[in-house]
Amino acid sequence: MTDGPLWEVFVRPRRGVSHGHVGSVHAHDGEQALQAARDLFTRRSEGVSLWVVPAADIVASNPADAGQLFDPAADKDYRFPPAHVLPDEVDYM
Amino acid sequence: MSDLFVRYLLRQGDRALVLSQQLSEWVTHVHELEEEMAVANISLDLIGQARALYAYAGEIEGSGRTEDDMAYWRPAEDFQNPLLVEQPNGDFAMTMVRQFLHDSWAALYWQAMTESVDDTLAALAGKAAKETAYHLRHAKSWVIRLGDGTEESHQRAQAALDHLWGYTDAMFDSDDAEVAVVAKNIGADPTNFKQAWLTGVGSVFTEATLQQPVGAQRRGGRDGLHQSGFEQLIEEMQSVARAHPGAQW
Repeated sequence: MTDGPLWEVFVRPRRGVSHGHVGSVHAHDGEQALQAARDLFTRRSEGVSLWVVPAADIVASNPADAGQLFDPAADKDYRFPPAHVLPDEVDYM
Repeated sequence: MSDLFVRYLLRQGDRALVLSQQLSEWVTHVHELEEEMAVANISLDLIGQARALYAYAGEIEGSGRTEDDMAYWRPAEDFQNPLLVEQPNGDFAMTMVRQFLHDSWAALYWQAMTESVDDTLAALAGKAAKETAYHLRHAKSWVIRLGDGTEESHQRAQAALDHLWGYTDAMFDSDDAEVAVVAKNIGADPTNFKQAWLTGVGSVFTEATLQQPVGAQRRGGRDGLHQSGFEQLIEEMQSVARAHPGAQW
């Protein structure tokens, strides 16, 4: 039997919190991916909800593009609230 | 009564332990790491169920025998598991069909046992019913995938079912221990859920494009009569405990 395709696994640790990526599993379909994810990633009560997504369907950024994608954010302090001085009347809003 | 109750508890413990031991033999041999974890998880759940049943049997017996004594220091002929769970692992299809036939029974059994008038068993049943519901979901998805899969997987799943079907009826058998425990509403009468079992497995066979076999049903197991190979299975399971008596783990 050959390995199934790769699925990415996301777990919601508790209500009110977003699903976070925890790892991946091989499986032949969604139901089996869900079961494998349950067996591998929620053995110790880590979550209340599971998502599995075919890894092939995820469009990922290329690490080589990190410069153009992420570096330009570094020196734009006006994107952060502390960079703006508010009038006294609305400060601490 | 207490003798019969102890026999009843040991029988359920033996069913879980023997199946657990069989599944554990797959560790390092399953075709995928993910599936290996699944099989090991199920095996460990079954050990947990066996431990609770054995410990309770020792308590009822009042002999001071521990769960380890029940698992590791009884001879093979004392084990009363149904013959189904001692059928050799065979290929993956054989193991999954065996698991499916067993889990379909066990899911209904533990569900019924949540109504037991015995508080200890009812509590154990509540936990075991949840575990078993998942075991069944897992085994069922494999039976469907293999049965309705490739020509080879279908043929292997059908061969497994043809071999194992003859050991299923015995899971619904009754004897004096069973009757006594059921009469007190401590135990669940499996004949009450036989129809539900047949309907459940039948619908999965249809989905899996498998033919439900007809043919002779084999009896045994609960009377201590086992098939060849069973002694070796028990001997291997008990070998570590017997090589190091009194060891703690």
